[in-house]
Amino acid sequence: MAPIKRVSIRNHTAEANLFARRTFIAFIGVVVMLLILFSNVYNLEVNSFEKYQTRSNSNRIKLLPVAPNRGQIYDRNGVLLAENKPIYSLEVIPEQVEDLDTTIAEVSDLLGISKEKQEKFFKATKGKRRFKPLELHSRLSDQQVALFSVNQHKYPGLFIDARLKRYYPFGDLTTHNLGYVARINRKDANKLEEQGKTENYAATREIGKLGLERYYEDILHGTIGHQEVEINNQGRIIRTLDFTPPTPGKDLTLTLDIELQMIAKRALSGKRGAVVAIDPRDGGVLAMYSNPSYDGNLFVHGISSKNYKKLLSSKDLPLINRTVQGYPPASTIKPFIALTGLDKGVITKESKVYDPGFFQIPKVEKKYKDMRKGGHGWISLTRAVEKSCNVYFYNLAYKLGIDNISDMMDKFGFGEYTGIDIHEESRGILPSVGWKRARFNQPWYTGETISVGIGQSYWTVTPLQLAQATSILVNKGEVKTPHMLKATSQTTYVQADDKNIVKVQAQPYEIEEHPPIQLTEQSNWQIVLDAMHSTVQKQGATGHNAFKGHQYDAAGKTGSAQVARLAKDEKYDASKIQENKRDNAMFISFAPFDKPEIVVAVAIENVAQGGGATNAAPVARQIMDQYFGNRVIKSEYSSTMHPVHNEHFSESASHTGAH
Amino acid sequence: MRSTGHDQAKKKDIWQKLHIDLPLLVGILCLMILGLFVVYSAGGQNADLVVRQGIRLGIALVVMFFVAQIPPRYYLKWAVPMFVVGLGMLVAVLLVGTMGKGAQRWLNLGFMQFQPSEVMKLIVPITVAWFISQHDLPAKLGNILIAFILVLIPTLLIAKQPDLGTSLLIASSGLFVIFLAGASWKLIGTCVGLASAFTPVFWMFLMKDYQKQRVLTFLNPEQDPLGSGYHIIQSKIAIGSGGLNGKGWLQGTQSQLEFLPERHTDFIFAVFSEEFGLVGVSLLLITYLAIVMRGLWIAVNAQQAFAKLLAGSITLTFFVYVFVNIGMVSGLLPVVGVPLPLVSYGGTSMVTLMAGFGMLMAIGTHRRFIAQ
Repeated sequence: MAPIKRVSIRNHTAEANLFARRTFIAFIGVVVMLLILFSNVYNLEVNSFEKYQTRSNSNRIKLLPVAPNRGQIYDRNGVLLAENKPIYSLEVIPEQVEDLDTTIAEVSDLLGISKEKQEKFFKATKGKRRFKPLELHSRLSDQQVALFSVNQHKYPGLFIDARLKRYYPFGDLTTHNLGYVARINRKDANKLEEQGKTENYAATREIGKLGLERYYEDILHGTIGHQEVEINNQGRIIRTLDFTPPTPGKDLTLTLDIELQMIAKRALSGKRGAVVAIDPRDGGVLAMYSNPSYDGNLFVHGISSKNYKKLLSSKDLPLINRTVQGYPPASTIKPFIALTGLDKGVITKESKVYDPGFFQIPKVEKKYKDMRKGGHGWISLTRAVEKSCNVYFYNLAYKLGIDNISDMMDKFGFGEYTGIDIHEESRGILPSVGWKRARFNQPWYTGETISVGIGQSYWTVTPLQLAQATSILVNKGEVKTPHMLKATSQTTYVQADDKNIVKVQAQPYEIEEHPPIQLTEQSNWQIVLDAMHSTVQKQGATGHNAFKGHQYDAAGKTGSAQVARLAKDEKYDASKIQENKRDNAMFISFAPFDKPEIVVAVAIENVAQGGGATNAAPVARQIMDQYFGNRVIKSEYSSTMHPVHNEHFSESASHTGAH
Repeated sequence: MRSTGHDQAKKKDIWQKLHIDLPLLVGILCLMILGLFVVYSAGGQNADLVVRQGIRLGIALVVMFFVAQIPPRYYLKWAVPMFVVGLGMLVAVLLVGTMGKGAQRWLNLGFMQFQPSEVMKLIVPITVAWFISQHDLPAKLGNILIAFILVLIPTLLIAKQPDLGTSLLIASSGLFVIFLAGASWKLIGTCVGLASAFTPVFWMFLMKDYQKQRVLTFLNPEQDPLGSGYHIIQSKIAIGSGGLNGKGWLQGTQSQLEFLPERHTDFIFAVFSEEFGLVGVSLLLITYLAIVMRGLWIAVNAQQAFAKLLAGSITLTFFVYVFVNIGMVSGLLPVVGVPLPLVSYGGTSMVTLMAGFGMLMAIGTHRRFIAQ
């Protein structure tokens, strides 16, 4: 017990004092350290309060963009052409599923989900962000949606997501007009960035890629809304703090008539070609169809490379919008050349030209042949149009010279964009001295002027340009930009007792007026229009057969364009020539003659037999038949119809290029 | 007046007989009750969690009560055997211990899991205090060196598990005894110098990668905000966004929306600061200071050198808990697994802590018997 003894002899007071001193020092240490802790917390909670409050809020508050609903598109009669349809997809949050493999297998069994889709899903689960939903199946059928909904309680972590997707109920019938929307790609994103629209597209998945969808993208898209939500650390939304609703895009009502469009499709079935019908009173496009077409819906969901290849490699080139593609105008240009001749005083209504069956430039040996062997003899302007006499127009073109022709044709808009509301338009080619110099760096030859007179040579015009030029013609010089948009309207949701949907602010399309074409003599318009009238009305004229028995007083002009250049003295025989080198059939027309309501231009490629009169004119007739229905419009010809000429017209009898 | 004075004296006697130090108990209960409220908020308002913590606190209070009944002189008798057995168990843990959370801390006794390092938190200061009080104070250099070795062995064994937090607490509990025993300032200066010199060696050879990572994260948490820096960044955001008055109980967005990790355990201080602000933090710190002051008062008033040293060490070690935890949660210190004493949800260390308070109370209430 030695230790106890030692304790007894200790100096307790000294030890207690030492201990008290050391304890006091320790206590001071404790106080200092508490002050350090306090000052640190003070610094955080008082000095840096705002910084941390901001960070705390940015932790928990997220601004979720809410996409506006895209405006819908209607035809002139209110038929829905582009709508937003809910698409249901089955989404999975793998972190919330207890046994992923079994669950996916069970659900796939239930809904009939393919092995490939399951594999694709499992592949996607690797390396994705936590708690981000993954798509197991896109585009569920109604039956699948119902089946899953009934069984949903068994599968936590799986849910059905509904999204609006663009849908075009008429499929290929409207693709070349409406275009389509498709997923925003890098190029679109860059463009949006450039235009400063990125923020407005934060929640948008698709953008107009073609046609009206592209042209009116800004109007259709609308303005983004925002949802301010509180989220937890897993990004799950706890509650909504604030909601700014998006402004939906404006609806478009078009000038198009879907029924006319259907007739156009039917009339062109099995052919490559295009129809454009315009209301000359306001430039509104009634029908604009290019055949063959394709289904724009394919692109909305992202077209498969197999389908895309099929479209690209089809020799019928369905992706090309033929309504805005250049064709040689052929004889459909003759009324415009005639007008130029009248305006420049080169010809009058009465002046006649002798047609021996060919035309020769003075002192040049080359003969430009007429299609009619032996020629028409002495022929006037009206008859030359009716019968599409080439020699008359060779002669006229020669007298006018290329500059006079190209100057006037320029006023009709050839070689220029019409300004229609799609971006796919091509300008075509208006041959002129300047154009040839710029294009080939070659001088213009008089011989070329001769072919220009019958719409051949370098000429190409689009069916739309033809329709537009005809429209200017029937309006006697007034120019109205063709357009498909009739009105825009904003759908506004006004909350009353219930949700009231109120459609307000319909805004009609503003018709663009241009300075009219001034002729030296305004009566010249009527001479040309009269000639087109008789071309359809007079028995034996080129347009008559196709319009036999019609009751709406139509007028028009046929054309057949030579695609392949024939060797000297070679005879054209459609049946013996390569399909893609056969003639194109063209036709322009309008009705009723006195107060035109509709202008129709038709182009058909590589017809097997005949030309514009037998191939293109019947298409225009079907469109007009549909347009006028049972309306009967009195014609000066209907009471006094009698055969004036007994000559038999056959367009392909003698072939020299155009007629 | 006299009667109330007499009543008070009588009341005091009751607590004296029960060997409970009333001011200490009040301080402890304040923290425990506060802790239950914060655990409820931090645990996603889960009542189960609060009930479980309540039961645990009850058990801890009972343990404290029983420990308080043991006269301190018995510690003297058992100091050496307990220390030896304790060391044996620490070795056993390293050899046959069970793994948990990447560390080997548990000993499977068949009927229960046992964590020897927890018991060592009490045995080490008892042993060192026993050894030093064998001789006159201030302790001589030779004895201090031996005391150092007594501290170093268990510290290294626990650090090897690895359990940096516990080894730190055990080392400080022993070192406090040496400090209070009057180790010369020269010696203390030398030790601090040596420790600083030893730091690079410690870093390169003794620290595990995850421990190094914690230190690196502490030095620059923004470097890896989604990985290892996440804890400390979210914790600082929680504290800072609390402001002067806090967001209110159950209103802390950082904790309620689960941005804060380890909310109801090690990082509960961040929840508390977010919801109660600087005002709440001040009151909490004052409560801890009051407990420390009461513990030191008991130490100073103890009759025996052994009792003084042990009481002082227990009190100061308790403060180390507080300092390390709050320092770590508020970004002053690297992340070390030390709970906020009496407030954090969790079991084992709570029981050890309360056993320590039991000893403190025993020292405070049994002294008269010694005097008699």
